[in-house]
Amino acid sequence: MACLVLAPAVMAKQAEPVRVASKNFAENYLLAEIVAQLLEGQGITVERAFGLGGTLICYQALLNDEIDLYVEYTGTLSQAILQRPEVTGREELNAVIAERGLHLMPQLGFNNTYAIAVRRQLAESLGLRNIGDLAEYPELRLVFSHEFLERGDGWPGLSKRYALPHSVEGIEHALAYQAIADGAIDATDAYSTDGELSRYPLRVLEDDLAYFPAYMAAPLVRSEWLQGAPVAAQSVRRLAGLMDAAAMQRLNAEVAVSDKSYVEVASEFIDSNRKALGLEGRVLQSATATFWADMAGHVIRHLQLTGLALGAAIFIGLILSLAVFSNRRLADAVVYFCGLLQTVPSLALLALMIPVFGIGFTPAVVALFLYSLLPIVRNAVTALATVDPTLVRVSEALGLSRWQQLRYLRVPLSLPMIFAGIRTAAVISIGTATLAAFIGAGGLGEPIVVGLSLNDTDMILRGAIPAAMLAILAEFLFAALQKRVSRGYQ
Amino acid sequence: MSIKTQPSDACVTFCGVSKSFGDLVVFDDLSLALPGGQTTAIVGASGSGKTTLLQMVNALERPDSGSVLVFGEPIPQHQLQQFRHRIGYAVQGAGLFPHLSARDNVTLVARLLGWSEQRIQQRFDELLQAMALPADVADRPPRELSGGQQQRLGLCRALMLNPDMLLLDEPFSAVDPVTRLGLYERFEEVQQVQAVSTLLVTHDIREARRLADVLVVLDQGRIVQSGSPDDVFADPASPYVERLIASVA
Repeated sequence: MACLVLAPAVMAKQAEPVRVASKNFAENYLLAEIVAQLLEGQGITVERAFGLGGTLICYQALLNDEIDLYVEYTGTLSQAILQRPEVTGREELNAVIAERGLHLMPQLGFNNTYAIAVRRQLAESLGLRNIGDLAEYPELRLVFSHEFLERGDGWPGLSKRYALPHSVEGIEHALAYQAIADGAIDATDAYSTDGELSRYPLRVLEDDLAYFPAYMAAPLVRSEWLQGAPVAAQSVRRLAGLMDAAAMQRLNAEVAVSDKSYVEVASEFIDSNRKALGLEGRVLQSATATFWADMAGHVIRHLQLTGLALGAAIFIGLILSLAVFSNRRLADAVVYFCGLLQTVPSLALLALMIPVFGIGFTPAVVALFLYSLLPIVRNAVTALATVDPTLVRVSEALGLSRWQQLRYLRVPLSLPMIFAGIRTAAVISIGTATLAAFIGAGGLGEPIVVGLSLNDTDMILRGAIPAAMLAILAEFLFAALQKRVSRGYQ
Repeated sequence: MSIKTQPSDACVTFCGVSKSFGDLVVFDDLSLALPGGQTTAIVGASGSGKTTLLQMVNALERPDSGSVLVFGEPIPQHQLQQFRHRIGYAVQGAGLFPHLSARDNVTLVARLLGWSEQRIQQRFDELLQAMALPADVADRPPRELSGGQQQRLGLCRALMLNPDMLLLDEPFSAVDPVTRLGLYERFEEVQQVQAVSTLLVTHDIREARRLADVLVVLDQGRIVQSGSPDDVFADPASPYVERLIASVA
C-alpha cells in the first residue's frame, strides 16, 4: 500500500527536474550553484541554466516557465523589474508579484547594495565612520565607477543627501580597488559583498541616512513550482538567513582570489552547513568532465547552433531572394528589413524571443538565423538582379522560359557572389553564437560568459580561442568552396 | 519600290507602329515590309531606333500601337518561347554565357527541347564546319576563345535550331577588320547553302552593301531611303545617307 502511494510521487520528482538559473556575474553563479547542489544533495535532479544574460532574460525566462528559480535582489526587483521603487520589503513585493505567478522566498541574509569604501589607514587617521563624515574633508579624491556616477541612486543623489562637496572622477570598477590600495585615490563605490573588500585594507563607511536602497538576495520562484515541488521548496527555504554580508564577502573572495571554482566553493559551503541544511552525507562535488571532453562538447554544440542557423538561412534566404529579386521595390524592402534585423542588439533580440521560443537552443538558433539572413539575401538579390542585361536579353530571345533563365543563366552566374554571402554569414554566425550562452544555449560562449563574470582569463580563452579558430576555419572552407563554384567564370 | 512586296511574301510586316520610351518617341506610325528569303539590312547611326525595330520582331520590345506581323501572323503572345525558337538571334560581342563551354552555349536550347544527343552532335559539328571553327574549341569556355571565334559561336547558336529567320544585331562590329572579313565569308557561305530570311542591324553601310539584298536607312525612327544597295549608293536620298556613305568610304 505504501509503495503504491509513494511510487507516483517519486516518479513525479524524477520526471520534473528543478530548473535553476543564474545571471551572468560571479555571486549569482555561486548562489545558484549552492541551490543546485543543495537540491542534488536531497536526491533531486537539477537542470542548470547559468550565466543568462542579465536580469531581463532571467526574469522573462521565469515568467515563461522556462526556469523554476534564480536568485534575485529586492532592490533590482522593485526598481529595475517592477519600476516601483517605493515597494521595498519582501512582503510588499510578494503582494505585487503574486498576480504574475511569482514568489520571492525567504531572504538569504545579506544585502548586496552600493557601499562607499575608504582606505582603512586613512579612515582610521581621519576618524571616518559614516558616509557623512566625508563632507568635512573636501580635499579627498573620490573616484567612482562610471555607472555609479550616472545612476539616479548613485552619486547625484548621494552627494545631495550627505551634502558632499567633492568634485569626482570616473574609473573602471575593476581597477578601482587596485587604485585605492595604491593610494592613487581615497574612496570609491563598491558592492557591499565584493570579495575584494576583505582582500584589500579598506573600510566600508556606514550609510547612516539609509540612502542606498536594500538589495536583499532571495530565491525568486514560480508560485506553481512552489506548490508542485514542496520537498525542493522546503530545502531552498533552509538557506534563509544563512549568509550575512561578511559570509558572502568571504565566499566571493574565495572565487575571485583563490584558484577555486565557484562549484568547489559552493560545495564547501554546503558541506560546512550540512546540519542547518538538513543534509546527511557529504555531497562534495567532484570535478566531472575533463578539459578536452568539455571543449569538444562546447565545440559540437557551437557547430550545431551555427550549422542549423546557417542551413536555415541559406535555404530560406535563397528562396526569398529568388522570389523577390526581379521586383526592385520588393527586393529593396526585403534587404532593408533584413538589415533592420541586423541592427537589433543581440541581447535584446534574444530577450525578445523568450516569450515565443523560451530559452536555450531554439531561440539561439532562431536569432542566429535572423542575423545570417542579411548577408545571404543581400548578396543573392544583388547578384541575381545584376546579371549582365545583354545575356538576359539573349537568353530571352533564345526562347528560354523565366525558370530556365534562372536555372541556366542567373543562378549559375550568381553563385560566386551567393557563396561570398554565405561565407560572411558563416563567420558572423560563429562569432555571434558565443552570445547564445546568455540564454543558456551552451556552445563556446559558455566558457566566455562564465570567464567574463568570474574574471577568469583562462576560462575566457577556452571559449574565445576555439571560436576564433572555428571562424577562421569556416572562412577558409567557404573561400575554397567559393573558388570552386566560380571556377571558369571570371 | 522593290521592298513594297505583298504581305504574303513578307517575313515581317510593321503596320503603323508607334513606340516611345518615356518622353522619347522612337517610332511614330512606321510601316515597313521585309521580304522573305532575303537579307535586309537596317542601317543608321546610334539612336536611329534600329535595335528597337529588330527587337520588336522577336517581342523583346512591344509596340505601343500598331501591329507587327511575323511569318504572316501576329506574334503569339502566349507562345512566345516556341515562337522565338523559330528565330535565331545574335548580338554584338556574341553574348555567350561565360559559365558554359562553347558546345553547351550553342546546344543549350536544343537540349532543353529534347533533341537526341546524336542529332545535337551532328548539327553542332555541321555548324562548326560551316563557321570554320576547329573542333577543339567545343569544350572550352568563351573566355579562352578569340573575339572572332566567340562571334562565330554566336552565329552557330543563332543557327542551331534551323530557324526560319535570323535577327543579327551588329554581330560583326566588335572584331578587327580582318576577322570581320572572315565572318562575312562564313555568313555568305551559310546563306548560299540555304537562304534564311535575315534582318541585319548595322551602322556600317558598307557592310550592309556587301551582305544585304535590301537596304533600309533609318534616321531617328523614320525611313529615309530604301532599295537595293547599289541604288542607294548611286543615288543617296538625303545628306544623312551621304554622310553614312562618306563615313565608311
